[in-house]
Amino acid sequence: MKVELRGITKRFPGVTANEDVDLSVSSGEVLALLGENGAGKSTLMNVLYGLYHAEEGEILLDGEPVTFESPADALAAGIGMVHQHFMLVPVFTVNENLMLGNEVTRGPLGKLDFEASRERIVELSRRYNLAVDPDALVENLPVGVQQRAEILKALYRDADLLILDEPTAVLTPSEVTELEGIISALAEAGKAIILITHKLGEVMRVASRIAVLRRGRVVGETRPEDTDEQHLAEMMVGHAVKLVVDKTEAAPAEVVLSVDGLSVRDDRGFVAVDDLDFEVRSGEILAIAGVQGNGQTELVESLCGLRTPLTGVVTLDGADVTGAPPGDLFRLGLGHVPEDRQNDGLVGPFPVADNMVLNTFNWEGFASGPVRDRDAVHDNATRLSEEFDVRTPSVDTPAGTLSGGNQQKVIVAREFTHAQRLLIAAQPTRGLDVGSIQYIHARIVAIRDAGAAVLVVSAELDEVLALADRVAVMSEGRFVGMLEGDRIDRNTIGLLMAGHATEEAR
Amino acid sequence: MTVDDTSDGRAPDPGEHPDAGGTTQQESPTPPFWRRAFDSLKVPVLAVFSALVVGALLIMFTDEDVLYAWARFFNDPLRALERSATTVWEAYSALLDGAVGSPAAISESLLRATPLILAGLAVAFAFKAALFNIGANGQMIMGAMFAAWAGFSLDIPGPLVILASLVVGTLAGAVWGGIAGVLKATTGAHEVITTIMLNFIAGFLLAYALTTDAFLPSGTGNPVSKPILDQARLPRFISGERVDLGIFLALGAVLLIWWVLERSTFGFQVKAVGLNPHAARYAGMKVATITALTMAIAGGLAGLGGATIPIGPTGTLTAGIIGFLGFDAIAVALLGKSNPFGVLAAGLLFGALNAGAVTMQAETQIPVDIVIVIQALIILFVAAPALVRAIYRVRTGDAESPLFTSSWGSG
Repeated sequence: MKVELRGITKRFPGVTANEDVDLSVSSGEVLALLGENGAGKSTLMNVLYGLYHAEEGEILLDGEPVTFESPADALAAGIGMVHQHFMLVPVFTVNENLMLGNEVTRGPLGKLDFEASRERIVELSRRYNLAVDPDALVENLPVGVQQRAEILKALYRDADLLILDEPTAVLTPSEVTELEGIISALAEAGKAIILITHKLGEVMRVASRIAVLRRGRVVGETRPEDTDEQHLAEMMVGHAVKLVVDKTEAAPAEVVLSVDGLSVRDDRGFVAVDDLDFEVRSGEILAIAGVQGNGQTELVESLCGLRTPLTGVVTLDGADVTGAPPGDLFRLGLGHVPEDRQNDGLVGPFPVADNMVLNTFNWEGFASGPVRDRDAVHDNATRLSEEFDVRTPSVDTPAGTLSGGNQQKVIVAREFTHAQRLLIAAQPTRGLDVGSIQYIHARIVAIRDAGAAVLVVSAELDEVLALADRVAVMSEGRFVGMLEGDRIDRNTIGLLMAGHATEEAR
Repeated sequence: MTVDDTSDGRAPDPGEHPDAGGTTQQESPTPPFWRRAFDSLKVPVLAVFSALVVGALLIMFTDEDVLYAWARFFNDPLRALERSATTVWEAYSALLDGAVGSPAAISESLLRATPLILAGLAVAFAFKAALFNIGANGQMIMGAMFAAWAGFSLDIPGPLVILASLVVGTLAGAVWGGIAGVLKATTGAHEVITTIMLNFIAGFLLAYALTTDAFLPSGTGNPVSKPILDQARLPRFISGERVDLGIFLALGAVLLIWWVLERSTFGFQVKAVGLNPHAARYAGMKVATITALTMAIAGGLAGLGGATIPIGPTGTLTAGIIGFLGFDAIAVALLGKSNPFGVLAAGLLFGALNAGAVTMQAETQIPVDIVIVIQALIILFVAAPALVRAIYRVRTGDAESPLFTSSWGSG
């Protein structure tokens, strides 16, 4: 099977998402489609999958021109897509999910034949080495297994070309390794695979060919053996980039944040943070690594005054701030970059200027008593947009209309200005493009060097490795390892994250 | 399925397709003020127009002469058309005449607009915090009840008793709105439910009060309160016309609420809580307190609106004194798009329609109810902007999302 895209141009009102794109992929090949957020990767794949119709260009299947009116046509032609956000019904079993839309029936009443489909699933999972229990409820499965079920769903529908959209975004390091194995195995078994990603490492490891997309155009095609990460990053961004943050040795000084015996409950009432003790000093970055959902969110919320701890004492510069409201903490010099920037960090319809004072709107300088000083807010935003390189048409533009990277820069600009003592940044670069990641990392290091204590929570190993002076690995509400200096390395952290005890990791 | 690889799953925004982190932002610059104002006026104005057109059809086809003329259409087609046009023309002329045709008409319109503007603000202000205040009616009743009580029982000099009346009316409304606010803030009870219930309680409380000696003149069984003392009545400012200083209270409230929303730190918090309570909480705002306060302020506005009625030309308190004004206020807020000046315009329009309807019925025997239907149609068209856009083929900004939808999901 060979799928070709020729001269695809896809326009949206006011914008060209893809321009004259040529691409091809054949059986047994893994084509990596690399590009920053907004480069047009998903749009292109949605054209191929029949969700969009291109204004110009054609799709050829084994040399024959085809048109896909809908995903159903694409599926029938053997093209399957695994979306970033899984399309599974959580309360159905794997078997039921796979059958959905493709029901096998038996008898005159159309009884669903779960036996037949189960056999097929077992056979497929054996052939492609995709271990999934067909009778497990999807909601009970780990994310990595859910993803395998998604892949199985495509295979179940006889897909010969699999499109994987940012498949590793939600996986743990060990799951990523497994997935990379699965991708290679599928290619060897004769499937064609298109891998959409902006992660350079995985491209280098699994791709047989790499196409780089920038602003809707293919700016280069290469093979992993002919290139390196540095070069790919530059193709992606269009200018030279530094992949490694310039960072001097940390010079930790006095203790800023001290946590003693902290336990916190989650929304369901379970203990999510279990008796933690740690300190963060001025001038150092402590990174908390760990698979999401191991208590990091609750820990950060309790440190930022958003969740009352069950037990324990938190002090900031020696003052007891256990359970203090966020407003007080900000005035004591806390900056908090929340994990979910869309929901918790910004008021989308508010202009950029107002978002830049969202938690300082009533401070001296931005208000006198109950009266806001709109000129000061405006000037502040103009200055910060420049300083933090926020690309916005104007500071009156609603923040919600900016790209993800620029939204995050708005939050970073706001928080970093009052993070005089402590910065807590949760997943500060999730979903951002290389350029923005590089920028935000540099800023985090700068605020450390200015004497703040920094706590970074991240599920991205690369981020932890780039930033951390010390690494705490969190699992099930506890720190299962605290690494410093030379002991910070990818393997050790990966093993600890996967739940291996410290001893074993050593 | 997302349109583009915005990995955080936002709605597709054509403005950010190319190279989101790059140098060329495609977002269109914010349009100038007049342009936005014009855009935001399109739907309300077209809605009013559409409602008048449908209203005209109703007037035509409920008139016996017109129906008779149409029945004989093939004998005399011109007459059918002529009768229709004449009937509608006469009706709408009378309506217009009664609304703005004379100083007396304008006076009546302003008088009727006053409580609508104040209660409309009550609904609009709450909505800024994503609270759907259905309870303006109950808050107005409480305001009217306490203001009337002060107005007939406090024998103190004129300006003081008027002030006292307005203050206790406002406070009574604020308490009534505040109850719903506190319940929402502390227990999460949805304000739609609690305010509806509080409307009933207020209504029956008023009915009960009008059986007690504190409210009734001695020796009568009629549920009509003691008359408001002369010095407690709101002063009139045009000799011979009934309109009183209440309209200036309404204007002042419009300016005040606009100022609070646009210029004060409190209004900033109200809007933040309304648009994104999560972000507001993360930014250290006290969401529960702001919710409770917003409802209390909204209730106070409605209470003030209710207070102006008994101490205005009405002069007494009766069980039906508020009627359904508090529900008309929801329509006013909706038509005014929750903008204080929009509420002012919508309140004036509804006041004028109500005043004009009386003249129309008197002069043309077309029932007052037709105006109620027209008001309902306006709301129907405003609430379905997609319909208006489809009929007139206009494009309006994205800000045209249906006004009240988000409230239901916010509980």
